[in-house]
Amino acid sequence: METAQSTLPKEEMLLAKFEEKTAAGEAIEPRDWMPEAYRKHLIRQMSQHAHSEVIGMQPEGNWVTRAPSLRARQILLAKIQDEGGHGLYLYSAAETLGITRDEMIQQLHSGKAKYSNIFNYPSLTWADIGAIGWLVDGAAIVNQVSLQRTSYAPYSRAMVRICKEESFHQRQGYEIMATMMKGTAEQREMAQDAMNRWWWPSLMMFGPHDTDSPHSADAFRWKIKRHTNDELRQKFIDKTVQQAELIGLTVPDKDLRWNEAKQGYDYGKIDWEEFNRVINGHGPCNKQRLSHHIRVHNEGAWVREAAEAYKQKQKNN
Amino acid sequence: MTQQEALFKYTLRLGDNALILSQRLSEWCSNAPFIEEDLALTNFALDMIGRAQVLLRYAGEVEGKEKSEDILAFRRSERQYYNNQIAEQPNGDFACTMVRQLFISAFELYLFTELQKSKDATIAAVAAKTLKEVRYHLAHAEDWIIRLGNGTTESHNRVQQAVNDLWMFTGEQFEMDETDNLLIAEGIAADLHALQPLWSNYIENILSKATIKTPQDAYMQTGSRKGIHTEHLGHLLSDMQYLQRAYPDAIW
Ligand SMILES: [Fe+2]
Ligand SMILES: [Fe+2]
Repeated sequence: METAQSTLPKEEMLLAKFEEKTAAGEAIEPRDWMPEAYRKHLIRQMSQHAHSEVIGMQPEGNWVTRAPSLRARQILLAKIQDEGGHGLYLYSAAETLGITRDEMIQQLHSGKAKYSNIFNYPSLTWADIGAIGWLVDGAAIVNQVSLQRTSYAPYSRAMVRICKEESFHQRQGYEIMATMMKGTAEQREMAQDAMNRWWWPSLMMFGPHDTDSPHSADAFRWKIKRHTNDELRQKFIDKTVQQAELIGLTVPDKDLRWNEAKQGYDYGKIDWEEFNRVINGHGPCNKQRLSHHIRVHNEGAWVREAAEAYKQKQKNN
Repeated sequence: MTQQEALFKYTLRLGDNALILSQRLSEWCSNAPFIEEDLALTNFALDMIGRAQVLLRYAGEVEGKEKSEDILAFRRSERQYYNNQIAEQPNGDFACTMVRQLFISAFELYLFTELQKSKDATIAAVAAKTLKEVRYHLAHAEDWIIRLGNGTTESHNRVQQAVNDLWMFTGEQFEMDETDNLLIAEGIAADLHALQPLWSNYIENILSKATIKTPQDAYMQTGSRKGIHTEHLGHLLSDMQYLQRAYPDAIW
């Protein structure tokens, strides 16, 4: 890595080479030179991604002890375990950029680092476990499949591993919804209610409309991002609407209709006011999710300290 | 008591121990001191759900009343569970969970070593599979007890406290009743009395490595062989059984 003292022409040369490489679609490895802005962008994005995996364990963990069958409990626990594993790969991938997991956790606690806004919504009934797997993991996959070809190699490798598991989660979530839609009237009502509550926040997962997100030019030029928010959102809607119809769920959007010309669905207005409100801290669970993470982290401090103390004692013996 | 009744009860006991402890361990989900430990505890819970599934399914077959493993897991009332009381004890802090695991896994190591030789093919097969898992659970708990016991003053004190608190639940694991006696005669069950000194030696050795005192208190809680539990079980069941009880006609 170059330091600030390096002579300007050399820095310019390196930057030109970097731009050339990314433009040609070549991967960047941790040992390669990279501009500070690229490194910063990735640390922000990857740590946010890692935190999302970990915070996402909370709304699902909320139903672990109440899962309605042994098989359901097994599937849910294994899924949450996968998400924790995703958090771990992503923390290690981000660590290759010169930040530690501890620092990332501190940034999460201070509010400097974010996590996916979707987890600021509550999981109120068992059907929410279906809706989260199907819609939230479904939306995450669309985004992550696109990130498999992102320019930073450790991130791209993490995405390849993660995507395989995510598609399982999506199928299992859909299976919960499908089973409930074949069940009693109460189960169908529960499933539709979960659909109604999770649909719009899932669409918001892709971020603002392209016309309202002017700051992504670098991310595209450097091939961190390869598809726009609206492209990804459209892809998600097109595959999901058909799945909903197949099991008799209604998409809660009266403006939703097939557009023959664009070979995709037109959809209604997303409530960006709600999105901004929740992102800025006023969602149903923002406070709860973060204080839970902080509390658990603090309560575990004595265990981490003891492990460290033991390690030191062994070294000295 | 017929052999069939004894086998039903015995299998329920084995299944309930796995079921109830898995429920407790899964409460650690997104609550552990760091993610790696969150994943480890979830993993143990998954092993135990798997074990409970096989054993409760088998119990249903033995009983012959067409009860599935889920019906047995989720639709019995408090007095119909036969897990040892130690399995239902609340997680407490991390030290408490690890001590509980140490006490249970050490017992299970000896139990399933014996049950591998059971003349009941299902129990023998479950035992062989479980033994591999139990060795791992035990190694993990042991490792933590030694580290925490020798870590900081705080971690040492927490382990000692947990050992003192849970000690009175350890004796019940070795209790035998008519069920055991009948099945031991058939070569199906293990002689628990014979396992107790092995367990005591093992635990004393680990605790001394952890610089933790083994309690000398001989008072032991009892009751689970008759379906008598601590107050904690009812709350655990209300969580676990909620959906099955609220929507009895639903399939999930
Ligand atoms: Fe994930
Ligand atoms: Fe997932």
